[in-house]
Amino acid sequence: MRAVITVVGRDTVGVVSQVSQVCAELVINIEDITQSIMQDMFCMIMLVDLSKCVSGMDVVRGRLEELAANTGMEIHLTRQEVFDAMHHI
Amino acid sequence: MINTHDIMETINMINSENLDVRTVTMGISLLDCADPDPKKACEKIYNKIVTKAARLVPVVEKISTDYGVPIINKRISVTPIAMLLASAPDADPVDYAKALDRAAKKVGVNFIGGFGALVHKGFSAGDRRLIESIPEALAQTDIVCSSINIGSTKTGINMDAVKLMGQVVRRAAEATADNQCMGAAKLVVFCNAPDDNPFMAGAFHGVGEPDCVIHVGVSGPGAVRAALAKLPKDAPLDAVAELIKRTAFKITRMGQMVGTLAADELGVPFGIVDLSLAPTPAIGDSVANILEEMGLESCGCCGTTAALALLNDAVKKGGVMASNHVGGLSGAFIPVSEDDGMIKAARCGSLCLEKLEAMTAVCSVGIDMVVIPGDTPAEVISALIADEAAIGMVNTKTTAVRVIPAIGRKAGEELDFGGLLGYAPIMPISTYSPAVMIDRGGRIPAPLQALKN
Repeated sequence: MRAVITVVGRDTVGVVSQVSQVCAELVINIEDITQSIMQDMFCMIMLVDLSKCVSGMDVVRGRLEELAANTGMEIHLTRQEVFDAMHHI
Repeated sequence: MINTHDIMETINMINSENLDVRTVTMGISLLDCADPDPKKACEKIYNKIVTKAARLVPVVEKISTDYGVPIINKRISVTPIAMLLASAPDADPVDYAKALDRAAKKVGVNFIGGFGALVHKGFSAGDRRLIESIPEALAQTDIVCSSINIGSTKTGINMDAVKLMGQVVRRAAEATADNQCMGAAKLVVFCNAPDDNPFMAGAFHGVGEPDCVIHVGVSGPGAVRAALAKLPKDAPLDAVAELIKRTAFKITRMGQMVGTLAADELGVPFGIVDLSLAPTPAIGDSVANILEEMGLESCGCCGTTAALALLNDAVKKGGVMASNHVGGLSGAFIPVSEDDGMIKAARCGSLCLEKLEAMTAVCSVGIDMVVIPGDTPAEVISALIADEAAIGMVNTKTTAVRVIPAIGRKAGEELDFGGLLGYAPIMPISTYSPAVMIDRGGRIPAPLQALKN
């Protein structure tokens, strides 16, 4: 089960580390990361594999929402199938 | 990995532009619940709904959480209840409405539709009793919606039913005058009503449908408007249409995915995706704003009908390739109270009822969620229904009327329904009388368009 985590917000130190930390704790494997900084806005896209994840999706969402609130970043988790459906014919 | 631009576009559509799946609606046939004993019939209705829809809400909520896709409403549509009343001549239809209300609340859905009748060619047993009971049924229940089909291209318009419905709409508002006249907001009068519409208040489960089925209604006016905002103001309308098509395709694919998942999980057939742009009172989630983004100063000005025709057509063209079964109403909705841009246009006077009527010739439905003065006579409402039905009948499209007479209030004041139903200023309506024409009754014959064989 693959999903995409997107992180958008003002660039601060340690964002990648904090998101990775949550993923590691929940046994979510990070398969790919792209990131860019445009006009001080940090934008990171992570492709993750949740097949070995130890918690349910509601718990994963809760942890990411908590992190989003603490860092002031917008963090969203969306299943890969959504992008496949919307952008591939 | 998927293209970065595509990922960020989807994330923005969902989180900033109000893209959502508006409703997952389970259609349930109640034909096997008919019984001469009203008590037994109500028991069968309740039991069938709570059995079939037991897992609807948790399954849909789990899909929403798992996939990161907002799904706003969970709803149920049922067989028009008048069909069940036919075999129970002594039954009080209000008891049936209460059974629907109880069952819907038990399974946790937002609305249940189907307290209705199909009388486009005439009344059969049970139809009149059901129609007469609508005001009381809607006043005594919370989440039951009612729809009546009074005309079609194939049959013409049943003007006896039109006359009756003008009175019923008024009485529904009067019976709920202490609750923002809410009864009338849960009642819609159709011409060419679709059997598989997932949207309220007009959803019912048609007689040709399977025993149980899942329909999906998508939304996303905010996403279409945001896409158009990035287009240069001098881009030709061909480019506007193309961009709407592309956006509608993406929106519909999300609905198709959710519908397929829900149907698989619930073990029922997947019916249709309704390719609709359904606005909400949230700022930016507005069909009127899309028309304004195309280049109109305010919705309702000259050019609005043309812009809406382009929008409606492009939504269908984009959506139809994204789904293997398209149905329901499919197109752009133009409710007033549920659309922030329409509310503003009605308040400033750029949008009037007559312009809305013209717009209904090219939109997906009709005069929807329009608040009219409380002293509007029943025959004026009937005549408005007849006008709308005539547009639908001749153009072979669905049209409908959902107007709310604001009992005790005049043009310029407002009604606030709360939630997705929104709020709206009272719009003036012509006070010249159509009473003699409405009193004639009878049937307007089916037009030549009906003779296609």
